[in-house]
Amino acid sequence: MKATDLVGSAARNTLRSKLRTTLTVLALFIGAFTLTLTTAVGAGVTDYVTKQVASLGADDVFIVTRTAGDTTEGPRAYDPKTSSASSATGGPALPGAGQSDPMTEADLEKLAGISGIFRVDPVQAVAVDFVQYNGGGQFELSVNPTSSITRADLLAGAQLSESSGTRELVLPADYVDALGFADAQDAVGAVVPLGITDVLGARHQVDGTVVGISQESLLPSGGGANPAMVSALAEAQSAGIDTGPARYPLAVAYFDPALSSAQVSDLQESVAAAGFGVQTIQDQLGVIKTVIDGIIGVLNAFAIVALVAAAFGIVNTLLMSVQERTREIGLMKAMGMRAGKIFALFSLEAAFIGFLGSLIGVAAAVLAGSALNAALSAGPLSSLPGLNILLFEPGAIMGIMLLIMAIAFISGTLPASRAARKNPIDSLRYE
Amino acid sequence: MTSPLVIDARNISKSYGKGSSTFHALKDVTLQVAPGESVAIVGKSGSGKSTLMHIIALLDTPDSGSLSFNGRDALALPPKKASELRNKEFGFVFQQFFLTPETSVMDNVTLPLKIAGVSPRARRERALAVLRQFELEDKAASNANDLSGGQKQRVVISRALINEPTVIFADEPTGNLDSATGAIVEDTLFQLNRDRGITLVIVTHDEDLAARCDRQVFIRDGVVVPSGAGVAAA
Ligand SMILES: Nc1ncnc2c1ncn2[C@@H]1O[C@H](COP(=O)(O)OP(=O)(O)OP(=O)(O)O)[C@@H](O)[C@H]1O
Ligand SMILES: [Mg+2]
Repeated sequence: MKATDLVGSAARNTLRSKLRTTLTVLALFIGAFTLTLTTAVGAGVTDYVTKQVASLGADDVFIVTRTAGDTTEGPRAYDPKTSSASSATGGPALPGAGQSDPMTEADLEKLAGISGIFRVDPVQAVAVDFVQYNGGGQFELSVNPTSSITRADLLAGAQLSESSGTRELVLPADYVDALGFADAQDAVGAVVPLGITDVLGARHQVDGTVVGISQESLLPSGGGANPAMVSALAEAQSAGIDTGPARYPLAVAYFDPALSSAQVSDLQESVAAAGFGVQTIQDQLGVIKTVIDGIIGVLNAFAIVALVAAAFGIVNTLLMSVQERTREIGLMKAMGMRAGKIFALFSLEAAFIGFLGSLIGVAAAVLAGSALNAALSAGPLSSLPGLNILLFEPGAIMGIMLLIMAIAFISGTLPASRAARKNPIDSLRYE
Repeated sequence: MTSPLVIDARNISKSYGKGSSTFHALKDVTLQVAPGESVAIVGKSGSGKSTLMHIIALLDTPDSGSLSFNGRDALALPPKKASELRNKEFGFVFQQFFLTPETSVMDNVTLPLKIAGVSPRARRERALAVLRQFELEDKAASNANDLSGGQKQRVVISRALINEPTVIFADEPTGNLDSATGAIVEDTLFQLNRDRGITLVIVTHDEDLAARCDRQVFIRDGVVVPSGAGVAAA
């Protein structure tokens, strides 16, 4: 028998007992449907997070904090040179950088002394009250002091310049309308005042130039400011008073961007060994990813359970089919069909059932998922442009179909070998 | 010397079961069939007719004895060659129809060619030619289940003929049919024997059918007996 005839016969045989095939296919359908959706969610979210990380750039920085609790036994003795007031209301921080003890100048020196660290920039915490444009309404704005080391996902304009002496700002997209700009492009170049209250309670305004409008994302929205802007704000905030040893919620440490990832983690360890909390930007996002991967893993486990159940369904269906078609098998053997071809025929029937189940399941999942995607993007997830919660990758879909066909094929081998071993005479005598 | 025997089976024995429950279905049976001959294997139910036919058609193996087909030792053939031989040289008509349900007459008839690896196009042409012969051309697309008994048997004979066999083995070809349709089937078989020289080995307990064959071999309790006296079922 030719291979094409084998495949054709297998397909036709499966369609002969429609109800039985339908029920078996249904079990596979559920598995395929679930697996496709969960994989798509995994891919969608991972893709989004990866893009966010990529947009952050900054492969050559650590976000460094003072590890809380690296104290000796009991309360620490106060030393005006190094001690700083702990406060739970630290300045704005990058995601994942939790509240911790502020860093002092001594800490910065120690950090800069670690070999491999090129430069250390303390991050000043500034608490901006509001932003305003052209005498319009005043809106609260949190300014991310580390924004200039990362690249924002821009709707319009340009990135912040770290070295520029001009005071630059990047505003989130939802401020465009609120502040009364026609569109994002219109906002670029505008000079806006930021309101800030100094430590004595006096109010000040610091002007900044809007250089870019950022898209909203999973990462903290809020405005970005370049070092020139941040230090102007910090100066206004301190009201020219020496408020004791300088304190920074965190510092940015630069290293050689050419380091390999192994070298980076070595460096990261030596910084951590010096008593700092240290994270790369990827680390901070890794936490999010780990949680997502965990959820996807659980969902995939459900899909696999469904597929295992479906595999037993296939074994059962085909065993019944082999029994029912004993005489047909005997006849084919009598007419010169070899055992190997009989085995192939029944295995292919199983694979065909797998093909049907996976095809229908995957197609239904893609249709349902695309509709869901559109609905979610327009509704609950509209605040996260660029996020397609379900991302169907052709490779993944092919992989799922192949996996299910393989499961079906393997399930088919037991009934198929039983069919192949049938003695033609016993089969012909079978009633 | 004349052309070798198509089938030369000597001292064939076959038993079922082991120990005290051993049942000797065939005992030292010798059967020779010349090319173009029609031979009837006659005997009561359970006498071993089908068992003998299965052995000489290479569907079953004897416990002892020798068997050759066209002068070649058939028992020494590797399974692949034996399958090929059945596929190319033999046509089978079994006690039951053995048509595959939910499958078209065309597909049923072309099964031996499909197994042989003949292209779909050639299969179709061949099948239509054979079905035309049996006035079943218009039934080619019908479900094999939906035919009358006589039509089914003609489909079965079409299937046995499609590979242009040298021998047709027929086990009770008329057993399932009323006498009128049975007669048509018989006529067809003997016509093939006469016109194309196809060798016929027919298993039957019908004395009239047996009488139409060139030669009758009588079997009683697994042994070939010289004459039909009291052997054929009444
Ligand atoms: N697989 C088997 N196991 C045990 N006994 C068997 C087996 N196959 C056949 N027999 C026995 O062998 C004997 C011959 O069987 P066979 O089918 O050859 O009879 P038959 O002459 O063709 O009868 P019928 O005319 O009823 O078809 C019977 O008694 C049957 O019970
Ligand atoms: Mg019989």
